Amino acid sequence: MQDLDIAIVGAGGAGLTSAIYTGRARRRTAVFERLMTGGQIATTDIVENYPGFPQGVNGFDLAQLMLQQAEKFGAQVVYEGVESLERTSDDRFVIHTAVETYRARAVIVTAGADYAKLGVPGEAELVGRGVSYCGTCDGAFFQGQEVAVIGGGDSALDEGLFVTRFASKVHVIHRRDQLRASALLRDRAFANPRMDFTWNTVVERIDGSSQVERIQLRNTVTGEASSMAISGVFVFIGQVPNSHILKGLVELDGGGHALVDQGMRTAIPGLFVAGDVRTGAARQLVSACGDGATAAISAEHYLAERWPGGE
Amino acid sequence: MSSPREVTDATFESDVVGSDLPVLVDFWAPWCGPCRMVAPLVDELSDEYAGKVNFFKMNTDENPAVPSKFGIRSIPTLLIFKGGELQGSIVGFRPKSELKKRLEEALV
Repeated sequence: MQDLDIAIVGAGGAGLTSAIYTGRARRRTAVFERLMTGGQIATTDIVENYPGFPQGVNGFDLAQLMLQQAEKFGAQVVYEGVESLERTSDDRFVIHTAVETYRARAVIVTAGADYAKLGVPGEAELVGRGVSYCGTCDGAFFQGQEVAVIGGGDSALDEGLFVTRFASKVHVIHRRDQLRASALLRDRAFANPRMDFTWNTVVERIDGSSQVERIQLRNTVTGEASSMAISGVFVFIGQVPNSHILKGLVELDGGGHALVDQGMRTAIPGLFVAGDVRTGAARQLVSACGDGATAAISAEHYLAERWPGGE
Repeated sequence: MSSPREVTDATFESDVVGSDLPVLVDFWAPWCGPCRMVAPLVDELSDEYAGKVNFFKMNTDENPAVPSKFGIRSIPTLLIFKGGELQGSIVGFRPKSELKKRLEEALV
């Protein structure tokens, strides 16, 4: 069993920032990642609101830079998904991955969030065959075709605008009659001749034999059913926090986000939660990184108090 | 060190369909971040399975015909062929342990 000072669960912006801080504090740090370093940012085309990059920066590239920075200060990135977390009677934590077991004195959970699914018939069957959760990844396969973007927030418009580079038409389908997205993105979307809006409408079914061919819709005001012929469905209807390893350990809010104080501390000493998986997160890269720094500083204080001599 | 070779629309038939060994094709494009994460994993697999499986990469920007024939609408996509027949597909970035498991399943 490998002994760590600090285990960080999730190598997105929050986790990598925590690792930069705990690495610089000379704490033995491992960051566990089940998929891709960078998390949600790794598939973002251009990050325009992260300070220091007036021209914007590619999300994947930015994530790689954060990774290099964390590794430079001694953090180790372990590509294993964390399956469970326990606290032992000697105030340590045991971390089980699919491959191995680790022990740590403090844990920072920065597991982020996954995209929410529509949960309609046809969705799971047609993933990778027209159903997508990433416009920047898959948009190029819809050259000259009509696609639908489901949702009305920043992600929906940002990704939808990206897909207009390829698709002949991007139909934004939103369950309300106004967008939640920021004014800048709304202006861009309304000004784009390839963007088209369908209001007060939900998707009931995605049809297609081997590829997406059509979506069945329902108007939430009139109850009227309709159908739209399209070749792609891009779903951006929000997020589900990856808090399953915290269940039973810390209190979660109704949306499954962990409750923390301003120092990112949970009710369990030595267990911290930061970024999109905590309650009240602003769900921005810069705030996730800020959370990561806060959690790392709190963890450092905790370790110094609980184990003042080091052992 | 064995590493994946480039395959194109023009060479797909002879390199992949006509291959005596099973084949894994990594469909990628330069703009695709997750593809850049998958590439080193595929490189490692091509080393581990040298002499047992042939590994190829296809740039989907430069080769539209084969991706369209197999209905590829998302990359990275890895397709596994045996005797010229499609045996399995893996869509999106997956950890190496899973890639290996899926490759083993397709080889049976």
